[in-house]
Amino acid sequence: MNSALPIRALDSGSAGAGADAADALLTVRQLSVNYRVAYRRGHALLRAVNAVSFDLARGETLGLVGESGSGKSTIARALLRLVPTASGVALFHGTDLLQLSGARLQAMRRHLQLIFQDPLASLDPRMNIGDILGEPLRVFEPRLSRPQRLQRVLDMTRAVGLGSEHLHRFAHEFSGGQAQRIGIARALIIEPELIVCDEPLSALDVSIKSQISNLLKDLQRRLQLSLLFISHDLASVRFSCDRVLVLYLGRVMEIAGCDALFKSCRHPYTRALIRAAPIPDPVAARARRTAPLEGEIPSPLFAPSGCVFRTRCPMAIDRCTREVPLLRLVGDSQVACHRAEEVGE
Amino acid sequence: MSDAHGFWRQALRRLRTQRMAMASGVLLALIMLACLLLPLLSPYDYFTPQFELLSRGPMLAGGHILGTDPLGRDLLVRVMWGCRISLAVGLAASLVSVLIGVAWGATAGYVGGSTDALMMRAVDILYSVPFVPFVIVLMVLFGRDLWLIFLAIGAVSWLDIARIVRGETLSLKQREFIEAARVSGVRGAAMIARHIVPNLIGIVIIYATLAIPTVILFEAFLSFLGLGVQSPLASLGSLVADGTSEMQSHPHLLIVPAVFLALIIYCFNYLGDGLRDALDPRDR
Amino acid sequence: MSAPPPLRIRGLSVGYPSDHGAIQAVREVDLDVAAGEFLGIVGESGSGKTQLLLAILRLSAPHARLAGSIRYREQELLQLNVRALNQVRGNRISMVFQDPMTALNPYLRIGRQITEVLRVHRNVSGREAERRGIEMLESVHIPEGPRRMRQYPHELSGGMRQRVMIAMALIAEPEILLADEPSTALDVTVQAQILSLFQELRARTGTAIVLVTHDLGVIAEVADRVAVMYAGRIMEQAPIHELFAHPRHPYTEALQQSIPRIDAPRPTHLASIGGAPPNAAALPAGCAFAPRCIYRMPICESIDPPLIEAAPGHWKACHHQGPLGKLRSEAA
Repeated sequence: MNSALPIRALDSGSAGAGADAADALLTVRQLSVNYRVAYRRGHALLRAVNAVSFDLARGETLGLVGESGSGKSTIARALLRLVPTASGVALFHGTDLLQLSGARLQAMRRHLQLIFQDPLASLDPRMNIGDILGEPLRVFEPRLSRPQRLQRVLDMTRAVGLGSEHLHRFAHEFSGGQAQRIGIARALIIEPELIVCDEPLSALDVSIKSQISNLLKDLQRRLQLSLLFISHDLASVRFSCDRVLVLYLGRVMEIAGCDALFKSCRHPYTRALIRAAPIPDPVAARARRTAPLEGEIPSPLFAPSGCVFRTRCPMAIDRCTREVPLLRLVGDSQVACHRAEEVGE
Repeated sequence: MSDAHGFWRQALRRLRTQRMAMASGVLLALIMLACLLLPLLSPYDYFTPQFELLSRGPMLAGGHILGTDPLGRDLLVRVMWGCRISLAVGLAASLVSVLIGVAWGATAGYVGGSTDALMMRAVDILYSVPFVPFVIVLMVLFGRDLWLIFLAIGAVSWLDIARIVRGETLSLKQREFIEAARVSGVRGAAMIARHIVPNLIGIVIIYATLAIPTVILFEAFLSFLGLGVQSPLASLGSLVADGTSEMQSHPHLLIVPAVFLALIIYCFNYLGDGLRDALDPRDR
Repeated sequence: MSAPPPLRIRGLSVGYPSDHGAIQAVREVDLDVAAGEFLGIVGESGSGKTQLLLAILRLSAPHARLAGSIRYREQELLQLNVRALNQVRGNRISMVFQDPMTALNPYLRIGRQITEVLRVHRNVSGREAERRGIEMLESVHIPEGPRRMRQYPHELSGGMRQRVMIAMALIAEPEILLADEPSTALDVTVQAQILSLFQELRARTGTAIVLVTHDLGVIAEVADRVAVMYAGRIMEQAPIHELFAHPRHPYTEALQQSIPRIDAPRPTHLASIGGAPPNAAALPAGCAFAPRCIYRMPICESIDPPLIEAAPGHWKACHHQGPLGKLRSEAA
């Protein structure tokens, strides 16, 4: 399934995690991130991300979905080298992002950018917008002259729907929607290949969300960007993404094409998420009434044995306690569930 | 810092709306102007005794508006010199402590880890040095020198600033815009200079403004103990100390320098409060 | 429409003086809450929905200026003194807040907090209060009541805390429960649990629920009737199915169209509302939504349309008379 040798070696046991790894812009294998946290009188190891593998093709938008504590933001931060990783490989253009350091890491940063959840908090309150947008250019394209840099900043400002009059203002003078446009402009200005969007919509008001959703989608198409789209909102993931990866307690539950996932998901957790997502239509919302999933996501410090979802799973059997389900191909999904064949209609 | 112009303009605009802070600023400016100009314009100096005019009360004749001291020297000129010295000690010592404190605290906070632990333990050790004996030892070793007073006070009061700045840096480091700058490729010294320090300036200015009166008071305390400036030069502290001994017979010798000392300290405190509000970037 | 509604709000305005002129948080709101109904109030941040809720219990900030009338049965809440008000608060009308972690006292045991209302208003013995507390925890599906009663808020998960808040709000069997974004801070699966708990409790106790949220999806799941707020005013108010099937206000239509759905074909483009909500300290003359409205007429910029009954039970504040639907055809 995978042509590159080292990748195949890493895939041992589990099925390949997505599209053909040869076309992939980013190939992540067995990524694990641990945090040391204070617990009782000592420390405990918190497994935030546990052996996660996936591929991201050029020009593709991959959604990372999960509830709080599922590790979705940690994956993003690990790939951007903002938090240290415990193990794993993340091949980007054939180089392992996780092994880079010094000048090579710095050189790689320009190809990987991040759009933040809280747009206002991600803008330095003491800098005006022109300087904030100029900063990545200053770092990565120091040869640009001042007028050239200004032109790039201005072009980018216009591309996200703001004007030159905004460049001298400060973050607190902007509404959430405008600030997110600035965040997007900053991420795009050095023309990166991969952009991680960490809940880019969740801090925005309803009437602004659709503006930003559309903007991101337009830019993604026009610039052929590859996006890693992190969100807890299934509906916006469905609108924005080509494929979706569902996470629970730091583990991959299911990976599938967006349409396939919403039509016939194969994991009981995915099914519960879809059923819990509110539908803005009283007729449809009330027609599908099913009992909601019970309980809450456990602390990653005390992850259940076997399948991490089994404590809340309505289909859990004895085997789920003993055996960690591996990611395997069932129908159109890569799914980690012993009873995947029985899910889905 | 070309990028901060707009910010400072806005802070100034907000400061203008605060009456007490503005009044304090204006009064301070007037006092500074007076203590620079008056000694130049006055026919009297601060050191030549006039034995025919000992301890006179305020009088217009002869131009001794605030009277004279027990050695017949013009009190106004001496008080103005006292203001000069006290303000100079306050400003210079605060500047020294701000420079050392910000550099030390921001580095410790941003670098973190064992560097941080080492740097902050050094601060803790210096904290435990008893200050007054330390100054006395310095005085004994090097003689009473104005510059030594600047240095001694500055060298001790930077500890507070370093701690405050380190704490603030630690919380800044958690902020998303710092992470955003890292993603934008900003590193090391550039990060501290472009993102950390500008965001510390507010708190540092506030703290420095509030540190100045503390330093002035401390100098006054040293002078009161006789460890301050060497006569015939005077600071507000030494003038108050001299005044107390004449308090019963010639109260003006105590009242005049005490009023100036109180005014200066009040003004700096109000200005500090005003700056705190003005430098808060959130418009309320 | 037989019995008079227990809560009648007429011409309610909430304003705050500020350096930049008065902030009009709530403007001329008329709203009834009928016995046992599930009323949804939907609006974006700054629409005044939370301010409206706080004003009902007179919990607005001390410098707020309240005008108009809020009648609960025979009492005018805006005229009540503190003592009489406390007889209503938590007892006849109670409230659940968005963030249970900040609404619960971290230093008091759950049991003490749940039963406080009983001990204040009902003069109930300690043992009786304890029994009712455990019963209440059971009714919000928190098992091991006696143990939970002795725990502190930080020992519970987010969903549990919100259940505790709901148990607290319902223990005195109030006639009306006000809920301010009670599920917004929670995960989707937990939100679904809380919403179904609200419905279950309403069916069992007959308490009327007023749920404030920014999420039309949440409203669609649970409410009987909806009021849509924008810039401090109610723009449209209608029974749930009527509102979703035949929105009569352009803002409602736009909100509805701009939300992506998981159950409909994927659009290539979402309908969106241009611009941003107005500043509450500098509202435009005329209709506050006019600057963003695609049906705008000259009159909209000068005269603020009154809330009128366009069809039985369906109120709207808009000058536009004809059918809507322009947005849908534009998006297609």
